[in-house]
Amino acid sequence: MAKQHISFNLNGKQVDTLVEPRELLVHTLRENLNLTGTHIGCESSHCGVCTVDMNGQSVKSCTVLAVQADKTEVKTVEGLADADGLHEVQKAFVEEHGLQCGFCTTGMMMRAYRFLQENPNPTEEEIRWGMSGNLCRCTGYQNIIKAVQTAAKNLQNANKSVETA
Amino acid sequence: MIPSEFEYHKATSIQDAIAKLAENDEAKIIAGGHSLLPMMKLRFAEPPCLIDINGIEELRGISVEGDMLVIGAMNTENEVLNSPLVQEKCSLLTEAIKLVADPQVRNRGTIGGDVAHGDPGNDHPAIMLALDAELVLEGPDGKRTTPANGFFLGTYWTGMEEGELLTQIRVPVREQGVGYGYAKLKRKTGDYAVAGSPVYVKMNGDTVSDIRIGLTNVGPCAFRAEAAENLLRGNVITDDLLKEAGALIIDACDPAEDLRGSPEYKSHMAAEMAKRAIRQAIEDARN
Ligand SMILES: Cc1cc2nc3c(=O)[nH]c(=O)nc-3n(C[C@H](O)[C@H](O)[C@H](O)COP(=O)(O)OP(=O)(O)OC[C@H]3O[C@@H](n4cnc5c(N)ncnc54)[C@H](O)[C@@H]3O)c2cc1C
Ligand code: FES
Ligand code: FES
Repeated sequence: MAKQHISFNLNGKQVDTLVEPRELLVHTLRENLNLTGTHIGCESSHCGVCTVDMNGQSVKSCTVLAVQADKTEVKTVEGLADADGLHEVQKAFVEEHGLQCGFCTTGMMMRAYRFLQENPNPTEEEIRWGMSGNLCRCTGYQNIIKAVQTAAKNLQNANKSVETA
Repeated sequence: MIPSEFEYHKATSIQDAIAKLAENDEAKIIAGGHSLLPMMKLRFAEPPCLIDINGIEELRGISVEGDMLVIGAMNTENEVLNSPLVQEKCSLLTEAIKLVADPQVRNRGTIGGDVAHGDPGNDHPAIMLALDAELVLEGPDGKRTTPANGFFLGTYWTGMEEGELLTQIRVPVREQGVGYGYAKLKRKTGDYAVAGSPVYVKMNGDTVSDIRIGLTNVGPCAFRAEAAENLLRGNVITDDLLKEAGALIIDACDPAEDLRGSPEYKSHMAAEMAKRAIRQAIEDARN
């Protein structure tokens, strides 16, 4: 099948590439653009390890066609940190020991990144509901929840200090 | 896992989508893709051509027309969930969607796709039956409106004609005395129902003047527990009457055996879900 040209904003940079219609976004990111931070687990939209941000929403990139990413803004885990260092979500996963093997972690962080913009001050129950599209086989979730709580607190403090500055 | 090869076209309007469906043999609509793409990866579906309707503005929007709440087919689950208008006019949808799939899936999956797919495991078909919704379909022969009751014919089989597009879902706005309930048993968050039941009641004091009980995933398609409805309609609900209704619901179920359980277990759970939803609905009507 003829390849189609797509152009989208990936972690702040414009990318142009050719994809087959049947290609899934996760494959384009990993194999074509060499960004392997986005993982593949179930490949059937259940586990959430392939979660990326697309036009300001968390999506499972194993269940979005690459052609559907045309003209969108996509953020992957590679885009979380900036020149000042790790993102608060990343720091909190380190601090709270929010991972063991790390396989689910990039998806967890991308979901947490978006979830904390949807709900900056969540209760524990809201975190569990908001993160329910992501599975972890190692941690038992407790430290993941703590990491999201810590990130929420630190992001709010950071916002406050920006406001008072 | 990747789907087999297909051509991909974006439709820009309802008319464009209908024309593209007509031009391309065996083409399929792709909405949120969260039922279709998994099936294509498993090669249960191998459409040679996909028509993407995500860019069609006319299929979005939620509004009230007279006494109907009108929901464009391409609203995602999360758009419907977060709509204050839906919460005010038909909170059954809001409460039920909280139990559909997970946040990422709800960002892509659409209410129209959920209804059009005809999967007995999907939540919206039984909700449409309980709400007595109307479905607006457009195709090469024009536009028609059909009641949801009678639309679901079997597994992946609906009253949609070839070449048609589901464009709108119309549900009656909540009237005085109406209450809703929704109960769904699932193995984990984000799972399809072992059994689910949306319920609509209209109360006249303590008497149920009208009731519709939908059932999810306990038959080849969503259906209503009509015998139980007939038993309850016109009565004050007592524990004994509910127990009797439960037995009628168990008789009406015909679920498939799978990893979610045996037919016997699922039928009993369907009755239990319906009873819980009926109690919720009666309580809801009081508020
Ligand atoms: C992990 C996971 C969990 C899930 N859990 C649930 C759940 O608990 N409850 C539930 O109800 N669903 C669940 N789903 C299914 C999900 O809600 C799907 O999004 C939904 O069933 C289909 O909607 P869609 O927009 O993704 O449609 P698509 O997958 O794009 O399409 C499905 C079918 O409908 C047709 N179609 C779509 N839109 C139209 C239209 N407007 N007109 C005509 N034909 C159309 C397509 O051609 C296709 O045949 C789950 C899915 C996943 C991946
Ligand atoms: S790999 Fe996409 S959800 Fe599991
Ligand atoms: S840390 Fe191993 S899967 Fe989550």
